[in-house]
Amino acid sequence: MQPRAAVGPQLVSPPYTPAAIEPVAIVAQGLACAAGIGLQALADAVRDDRSALQAAQDPRVDWPTWLGRVDAVEHCALPAALQPWDCRATRLAWLGLQADGFMAAVSTAVARHGTARVGVVLGTSASTIGASEGAYRRLTVDGGFPPALRKDGLNTIHALATFVQAALRLRGPCATVSTACSSSAKAFAQAERWLRLELVDAVVVGGVDALCDSLLFGFHALELVSPERCRPFGAGRRGLNIGEAAGYALLQRGAGPWQLLGHGESNDAHHMSAPHPQGLGAELAVDAALARAGVQAADIEYVNLHGTATPRNDEVEAALVARRYAAGVHASASKGVTGHTMGAAGLVEALLCGLAVRDGLCSGTCGTSVVDPALTDGFAARLRLQPRQRRVRLAASHAFGFGGNNAVLVFGGGA
Amino acid sequence: MTARRFFIDGHARWAPQPGSMRPTAGLLAPNERRRAPDSVLVAIEVASQAVLMSGHDAATLASVFTSAHGDLPITDALCRTLSSHPQQLSPTRFHHSVHNAASGYWAMSSGSHAASTALSAYERSFAAGLMEAACLCAADQRPVLLAGYDTAACGPLQSVNRSRGLLGLALVLAPQCSASSAWVVDWIVRPGSDAAPPLRTPAAQALHDNAIADGLPLFECLDDVAPAALVLRLSDDLQMQLRLQPLPGAA
Repeated sequence: MQPRAAVGPQLVSPPYTPAAIEPVAIVAQGLACAAGIGLQALADAVRDDRSALQAAQDPRVDWPTWLGRVDAVEHCALPAALQPWDCRATRLAWLGLQADGFMAAVSTAVARHGTARVGVVLGTSASTIGASEGAYRRLTVDGGFPPALRKDGLNTIHALATFVQAALRLRGPCATVSTACSSSAKAFAQAERWLRLELVDAVVVGGVDALCDSLLFGFHALELVSPERCRPFGAGRRGLNIGEAAGYALLQRGAGPWQLLGHGESNDAHHMSAPHPQGLGAELAVDAALARAGVQAADIEYVNLHGTATPRNDEVEAALVARRYAAGVHASASKGVTGHTMGAAGLVEALLCGLAVRDGLCSGTCGTSVVDPALTDGFAARLRLQPRQRRVRLAASHAFGFGGNNAVLVFGGGA
Repeated sequence: MTARRFFIDGHARWAPQPGSMRPTAGLLAPNERRRAPDSVLVAIEVASQAVLMSGHDAATLASVFTSAHGDLPITDALCRTLSSHPQQLSPTRFHHSVHNAASGYWAMSSGSHAASTALSAYERSFAAGLMEAACLCAADQRPVLLAGYDTAACGPLQSVNRSRGLLGLALVLAPQCSASSAWVVDWIVRPGSDAAPPLRTPAAQALHDNAIADGLPLFECLDDVAPAALVLRLSDDLQMQLRLQPLPGAA
């Protein structure tokens, strides 16, 4: 659709041009995803080009599909103090917090800065909606939630962020950012602003989304769910596989083992659930992220693509990649390993950028063996199907969500 | 942190009144207006009014949409369908259920490609949204639209959710003073648990049980056109302290 006449303007503010920012250190991470608990499990799956997707077993899902399920959620119990938040999403969030020594790293930051100086920005799309869905299946005779599930702090979108803040015993600013599949990529941008203004001295950036009916049946209703393992950018690709994940990064000002260098946010202003056909908003986000990082597109050596494996997303993103990144770039899509982890995708894929700039591990495009020949000329040469070990100084991650919401992040290795 | 400053170039609020029970949201295309849920209508209504008052070009404004719960009637309908006939879930209802639905409709209807976010912080969502808008304004030295809104719980959600009524609140923040600036606001975030100021006017008191009502004390200050000091609670032990000074254009 064409943009309609804008409101205003008597006073025209000049177009905004992003300025370069100081790098922000990423000093710790935690991750639970379909590949396992801890970043090493994901690194192993990526190195082996191994999909963690499983065929869906839910009897109510009477069409074939594959899910990026975290099996450990089934056996996870929350500590007594956190029981009021018990549901699949908070268990998943807890598993991620337990991984990779993340909680110890947060404790170190708290010891140094104080609880009020450590913030939480959590990106999620569906948050704890699974708990509300469950309550609706067991309503009482008066039509209300079962007494055990009458928890106002659980049945709302901010519940996951509150849970993470309580689990980490933090008392700084705490916000939920929920812009569908760009949520946790945007959480990095918000955290960087908090650090730049010295609102806080450290920020826990999170991305958590658990499997739930809303996402599964919702994407199915939009005819975006693949009946087979997803094949990002592949010929005859049939859509995405829904996954779940809880990922975290601890951000601080200064240098660290790897760093957030830039972020760019934009909107397509086009459609609620389809990308802009020319990728206009996505490209604006790339431009803004590069400008804040003070680098050129040609300098980017690894790109973790949004690569959902839906026909339209991949077509638009392929054209963007061919148009903007250098011929030697290693561009790939990792959702064939983890599934599309929705609001957590930005965080999971930021951690894959971390593997690239820290360890030189560049993910492949798991699930795809033949690149769609209909995609823009020049794209196939940039898309890497196999994982590869190579030195990477600069990496970028794309995250595009419903509502036309785009976020792009640029990362670099330690100074 | 050191104290920061922004200017208020536009503000608007919307709540149902006799003769005006639904926001018109005239910026939306007619087919969108028919299908959009109330949360989107009220957000677009206050956003477009505040931007019109500010004189800024909507396309240049970053935007922050904030809501404790998003659209509760949509959540209710979604959960009902999923509990009975999940295969019948409507794709439109699903994409209306995303928390950034209002942000997406704002971008489409205003033609703005600028950064736009959608936040929640439960019953401190307006304060969290204002903090984020003020951060964007200060960090990137750009004008920012803030729109806060919440709907009424319905159906089974009423047993777990206190939000009632429909309310929208919007501000346009600017980093520099201009002919449009009506207020200058100095702000800081610091630990503290001062009580939120009581609502003074019957109109505001009638809206106190809407989930975005934590923004109402600020709008009461804007009505008074007098210098004011105000605390907005961010959590039980963290607060945003504001010092508001009217400029000649405020009256």
